[in-house]
Amino acid sequence: MHSISPRQLALAALMSACTLPAYAKGTGYLFVSSEKDNHITVLDGKTYEVVKRIGTEARPRHLQFNADKTQIYAAAGDGNAIDVIDVAKLELVDRIGEIDDPELFDLSADGKTLYISLEDDGELGILNLEEYFAQREGKPDLKVAEAAPVGESDEAADDAADEEEEGEEKKGEAKEGEEDETLPGMTTVEVGEEPEGILVSPDGKTAYVTSEVANTVHVVDTASKAIKANIVVGNRPRRFALTPDQKELWVSNELSGSVSIIDPAANKVKETVNFLPPGFRSEDVTPVGITLSKDGKTAVVALGRANHVAFVDVASRKVNDYVLVGKRAWNTTLNKDDSLLFVINGLSDDMSVIDMKTRKVLKSVPIARVPHTVLVDD
Amino acid sequence: MINRLVLKLLVMIGLVWAVPSYADDFTIGYLQLEKDARYSKKQSFARYLLGSLGRPYAGAEVALKESKFHGSGIGATFKLEQVKGKDSAALLTSLKEMNAKGVQFFLVDLPADALNELASATKGQNLILFNVSAREDRLRQEQCQAHLLHTIPNYAMQTDALAQYLVFRKWKEILVLSGQRPDDLEFNQAFARSAKRYGLDIDEDRPFALGNDPRQRDQNNISLLTANADYDVIFIADTQGEFARGVPYASIDPQLVVGAEGLAPVAWHWAWERHGAPQLENRFEAQADRPMRDADWAAWMAVKAIAEAVQRTQSRDFAVLSKHLHSEELVLDGFKGNRLNFRPWDNQLRQPVLLATHNWVVERAPLDGFLHQTNNLDALGFDKPETKCKF
Repeated sequence: MHSISPRQLALAALMSACTLPAYAKGTGYLFVSSEKDNHITVLDGKTYEVVKRIGTEARPRHLQFNADKTQIYAAAGDGNAIDVIDVAKLELVDRIGEIDDPELFDLSADGKTLYISLEDDGELGILNLEEYFAQREGKPDLKVAEAAPVGESDEAADDAADEEEEGEEKKGEAKEGEEDETLPGMTTVEVGEEPEGILVSPDGKTAYVTSEVANTVHVVDTASKAIKANIVVGNRPRRFALTPDQKELWVSNELSGSVSIIDPAANKVKETVNFLPPGFRSEDVTPVGITLSKDGKTAVVALGRANHVAFVDVASRKVNDYVLVGKRAWNTTLNKDDSLLFVINGLSDDMSVIDMKTRKVLKSVPIARVPHTVLVDD
Repeated sequence: MINRLVLKLLVMIGLVWAVPSYADDFTIGYLQLEKDARYSKKQSFARYLLGSLGRPYAGAEVALKESKFHGSGIGATFKLEQVKGKDSAALLTSLKEMNAKGVQFFLVDLPADALNELASATKGQNLILFNVSAREDRLRQEQCQAHLLHTIPNYAMQTDALAQYLVFRKWKEILVLSGQRPDDLEFNQAFARSAKRYGLDIDEDRPFALGNDPRQRDQNNISLLTANADYDVIFIADTQGEFARGVPYASIDPQLVVGAEGLAPVAWHWAWERHGAPQLENRFEAQADRPMRDADWAAWMAVKAIAEAVQRTQSRDFAVLSKHLHSEELVLDGFKGNRLNFRPWDNQLRQPVLLATHNWVVERAPLDGFLHQTNNLDALGFDKPETKCKF
C-alpha cells in the first residue's frame, strides 16, 4: 500500500472510499476541517498528500475524536449539525442534527457526553449521546454541503443572509411552542453571550465555558447544571488548555493579546502571560489556539493576526520563541510523541508543520479554503 | 387626617424603597428628544447609507443583555432608564433629577447643538455623557468637554477613511457636490481637510441647491452639476439625503460616487463578516427587527464601555470608573477587530471605519500601509498635534 503513488491513492479514494484499507489503530492520517469548502481534508501523515476529502454539512469547524479514536465529531456551524466521521472508512456515517450553529465542543473522557457552546443562544448545551441516539426520530439525512461561493472574507459569505432567514423562521415558530422540540438527551445552561471555548474536566464534573462578550469563564457543575463561579479574564476569551497535573487552566484572550492562567482549585486568575513578537504592536496580537505538551512543560499559543506561534515555558511563564507561520494562525495540535506541531492558518488556507525540537517550520501544506482545526490519528 | 398620615407613610415607604433600588442596580441614563428629525419615518424609509433606521436605544438594550455578568463582581445589575424630553432644557432637568438619585453615566442621543447645550450645563459635575449620534467635528474640537465621550465616529474620521481608500485606488481627482445645510458644510469641510492630508485634488467644489427653480438649474440639476469638470470620483456632502440618492448613474461622466452615497464611510454595516460581527448583527436584529446602523452601534458601544469599566475595576466608584474609561488601559471590543479606547486629547473613541455600499463592505480603514507612529487608528480623525480641544 505504501508503495503506490499519491496519484493512485487519490484515484482509489475517488473510486470508492470503502476500498480504502481500514488500518486498525493509528492510520497516521491528519484530518483538517475547511469552513468554506465544507469538507474535511484527510492527509497522509508522512507525505502530506491528500488522501481524501470527506464532505460534511456546511461550515465544518471544531473536530474531536471519540474516546477510542474510531470516530471524529465535526461541528458544522452553518449546517446546524455535528457530523460523525468513521476513521477507518473515512466516511460520513452519522449526524447529530438540529443544533443551532455549533462551533466548539468537548467530549467527556468517557465519551458519553458532548458539551457544546451554542453561540447564538448564549447557552452551554449538554448532550447525552446514548439518550440522543436511542430516542431520536431516525437518522438524519446525510446530505453534504456544496462548497461555499467565492468571497473575499474569512467568514462564510452567505452567513448573514442565511442566518437572517433562519432568525425569522425561528421567531415565528417559537411562539407556537418550539421550546418543546429540544433535542433528545439535550439540556442547556444559560451563560454569557457568545460562548466559545469549552473544556470538560477529566473527571467530568466541571465544564468550563468562555463567554467572548462577558470576558468571563463560567465554571459549570455538570451534575447540577449550575454555574459555580464566574471568573473575569481578559477580553474576548477563546480557547482552553489544561495542564496534565490539572493545576492550571490556560485561557487565550484574543483581544487582550494574552493568556490568563486560572487556578481551578480556587477559580481565580493567578497569572497573565502577554505576547509581543518582535516588530509587532500589541493590537496585532490576537491569540486563539493553545496547546500544552504532554509533559506539561511547554505551551504553544497561536497568535492570530500576528502570524506567529509563541512557545511558552510553563514553569517560568517566559515566552522563549516566536515562530513565523501563515496568515491568522488559529488552532494548533501536537502529534502523539510531541515531536511535531501542526498550526492551522485560516487566512492563507494552509497548515504549518513545526519541528518541536528545533522549533523550525518544516513544511507548509496547502489545505482548502479557511481551514479551522487539525486532528492527528497517530 | 388619617388619609394624610397614610399618604405620608406611603411616601416614606416609597422613598425607602426607591433608594435601595438604585443601590443594587447600576442605572445608566438614556436621554433623547421626543421628536428628532433624524429618526423621522421618511428618513428611515429612504435607507440613506449614513442615516438611521430607527432610534439607537435598541443598541443600548442589546448591550445591556450582553452585560448580565459584568456587574456580578460588585453585586449590581445594569439597568437603563430612558427619558424623552421635548428639548435640551427638559432633558437637563431630568438629568439632574437622575443624577441626584445616583445615576452618573448617561447615553445622549441628541443633535450637536442640543448636545453641546447639555454638556455645557453639566460641566464639572460627577457624571459622564456618551455622545452616540452627533458626528460634528466641533464637538471634539472647540466644543469638547472633559465629561463628554464620543462613541460615534466624527466627520473627520469618516472622510479620512474615505481619503485613504481613494489614495489607495489612485482616484485622486475629485468633484465635490455639497448640500447647503450647516451639517453638509461641516461634512464638506472635513473632506477638504482629509483631501489635503492625504493628497487628493479637489477639482471643483459645487453647491447643490434644493428645489426645481430653473433660474438655479446649474445648482439643482445633476447633469449640469457634473459637467465641465475633470474628476475620478464625485464626493457627496449631503447629511440629510437631500440629493445624494439621485447622483449615481446621473452624472455626465460615468464616474463613481462616494461620501453620502455609493461608497460611504460608516461605523457599522450589517454586511461586515469578520471579527464576530454577524453575531452582534443577529442579536441586534432579533432585538430591533432591522439592521444595525452607526448610532445603534455607538449606543451599544457606550453601554459596553461602562460595563467593561465596572468589570475591570470591580468598582462602582465614579472616580475609579471615570479614570478607567479615560485611560489607555481600557480595552473595548467593537466587533471590528481592533482594541478600542478613547483618545485622551478629545475623548473620541478610536475605531476602524468601514467603507460600505448598500450591501457590501469594500474595505476597512485604516487601510494596510497607512501607518501611525503609535496607533494606526489615530490615522483617522484628529490626531494629538491637530487637536483644538482644551479640557
